[in-house]
Amino acid sequence: MQIKSPEFKQNARIALEDVNLQRALGNLKAGFPQKRAAAVARLPEFDQLRDEARDLKNHILEHLDLYLEEFEKNVVANGGTVHWCRTAEDARKTILEICQDQDAKTVTKGKSMVTEEIDLNDYLEKNGVTPVETDLGEYILQLREDHPSHIIAPAIHLNIEDVADAFHEHHKRPKSNDPAHLMREAREMLRKHFVAADVGITGANFLVAETGSTIICTNEGNGDLTQTLPKTHIVVSSIEKVVPTLEDMTLFLRLLARSATGQEFTVYNTLSSGPRRPGDQDGPENFHVVLVDNGRSDMVGSEFQEMLRCIRCSACMNHCPVYGAVGGHSYGWVYPGPMGSVLTPQMVGIENAGLLPNASTFCGKCEEVCPVRIPLPKLMRHWRDKEYEKHLSPTSVRSGLSVWSFFATRPKLYRLFASVGNRFLRLKAGKKGRTSKLPLASAWTDHRDMPAPSGKTFMQQWKEQNR
Amino acid sequence: MASSRSRVGLFVTCLADMFRPEVAFASVKLLEMAGFDVEVPERQTCCGQPAFNSGDRHDSAAIARQTIEAFDGFEYVVGPSGSCIGMLHHYPELFAEGDPWHQRALDLKSRAFEITSFLAQHLDTDKLSSSFSGKVTYHDSCSGLRELGIKRQPRELLSKIPGVQICEMEESETCCGFGGTFCVKYPDISNRMVGNKSENIRATGADTLLAGDLGCLLNMAGKLKREGVNVQARHVVEILADMANTPAIGEAAIGEAEKRS
Repeated sequence: MQIKSPEFKQNARIALEDVNLQRALGNLKAGFPQKRAAAVARLPEFDQLRDEARDLKNHILEHLDLYLEEFEKNVVANGGTVHWCRTAEDARKTILEICQDQDAKTVTKGKSMVTEEIDLNDYLEKNGVTPVETDLGEYILQLREDHPSHIIAPAIHLNIEDVADAFHEHHKRPKSNDPAHLMREAREMLRKHFVAADVGITGANFLVAETGSTIICTNEGNGDLTQTLPKTHIVVSSIEKVVPTLEDMTLFLRLLARSATGQEFTVYNTLSSGPRRPGDQDGPENFHVVLVDNGRSDMVGSEFQEMLRCIRCSACMNHCPVYGAVGGHSYGWVYPGPMGSVLTPQMVGIENAGLLPNASTFCGKCEEVCPVRIPLPKLMRHWRDKEYEKHLSPTSVRSGLSVWSFFATRPKLYRLFASVGNRFLRLKAGKKGRTSKLPLASAWTDHRDMPAPSGKTFMQQWKEQNR
Repeated sequence: MASSRSRVGLFVTCLADMFRPEVAFASVKLLEMAGFDVEVPERQTCCGQPAFNSGDRHDSAAIARQTIEAFDGFEYVVGPSGSCIGMLHHYPELFAEGDPWHQRALDLKSRAFEITSFLAQHLDTDKLSSSFSGKVTYHDSCSGLRELGIKRQPRELLSKIPGVQICEMEESETCCGFGGTFCVKYPDISNRMVGNKSENIRATGADTLLAGDLGCLLNMAGKLKREGVNVQARHVVEILADMANTPAIGEAAIGEAEKRS
């Protein structure tokens, strides 16, 4: 996927002016946060579960190699295969090879952000394998040649009319704006793909080391058809999703649905433990797990390790006032919102994504709602440190800061500087008490007045009072 | 008598120094009312947050050392800002654990308090007396709310002022879009956020907007003025200290306003 993060500011400006997008984002604001709050209120031990989940994730990350190897051992024991892929390229190739081994023409896909991360669909298509997205949101996006703008509600940036238009164009059926009708139509279209697919690709919400199982949590049931009907099931998962036991997994399931959609539990929680066994009524003949690293093992042991606790619930973006204003596409890559502002620089380079960790007021709402207590503002600040260290911050910021720091570390000069600035602002405002235009401050005064100081600086007045 | 009183060092904050001296004077008045000796160390400037949040750890650490030294020996360090006091609480992160400055930063952190939370703990609220009267709405500034747990304290203090009627706004805990340098780095997004805030303030019908942080207040007052909304913005200590008789933030001097109307 092309990286458009360097254009974040332009993207954001366009998004703010986009009336339809703003209407769609309004639905998000009114939906997820309220539902999450209600679900949390119904579970008194929610915060305690968050602590447990944080501690468990920390433990897993300290022993990641151990649990991944145990997971592999048990997948193999169940008759499956594990593929270790260091890069996105490795993962794409591995998946294509499995498809080619099966002479696959079409693959159905359950919703998976990791396959977005490794840009799988384009690659398969270029190599003669047709991927069909089966999650309703993803299906709509695929018809529109669009990408997810949210990690669990991928088409949140669209309105019902957009869906109706896309269906009308591609399905050649009479147009309808009725959601139930549109869903029936999608179901009908997808049915034949489910049956025809040679390979089914899903993501995984968690990998269970003790049983070699993977699990997907979905609300549509599409994932089950994707992984049960074709001869081959490929699970694509990033490495940090491993948990020690089934019991541990349930702790995260309790947090995930509540944090994400405000459900007590996701509708379908489907475990896959290897290929069909003798006597099983259904299931794939081949079971592959593709483990994607793609920069994650570099995060282990770094100041960004805590980010690997993320369980992809989307609470951070659902509650982020910046995300809520500009939507997910503005961020210009796969993962939007606060979690994306930490992950994206790791995966595409801080030189390409520096604007993302800066696009936060550090209001802290994301950390407040994170089910695994990731200190997202702190991690975004770490990226700002890196950016500054590498001299990637804009020159205007650097020179402004160094002038300011020069004064701030010299109290006497600072006093003088403050009193001159104070006097200037008061003169500029005259008797109005505020000014609507200021040199070099148009970023402020284009949108709001600048209140004038109400008198001399406090330090001047304090001194004059001889205190 | 005086010698038995605890010494508080007032962390003025650069915005109160520059834009709103009344906030620092009101803080002094309230702290003295609570029985403290208040001093204003000369060597303080800014808390260093602009550098810290821009990734400039070198200058942040230099400012932190200066602030730590300036407030050596005070039993308490109190400031009228959750954001700046929150920054003082970040100082230990700037030094490695073996570094003596790390210990000194931890020590400062243990003594540094935001004014409303400090007053809620140390002031006999029966002493509060303010002639202020009006419908107020309160914006919870992010750093104070989420880093220092300030939510009920200003409201409890305000509830002791008979003339104050609090009308809570929708999304009082949602960021106003100031965010320090964020508001000038991302002006369009910041504008949307403060625009939303302004709508929520207006919807309460309050005549006064209060908050505990001047950054947010300058941002919100500037937007309200630009939109021609007749809501007066003040720091909460101005009300608590009965010092709300001066023009509100961004307002013309009282004589001037009368002339215009």
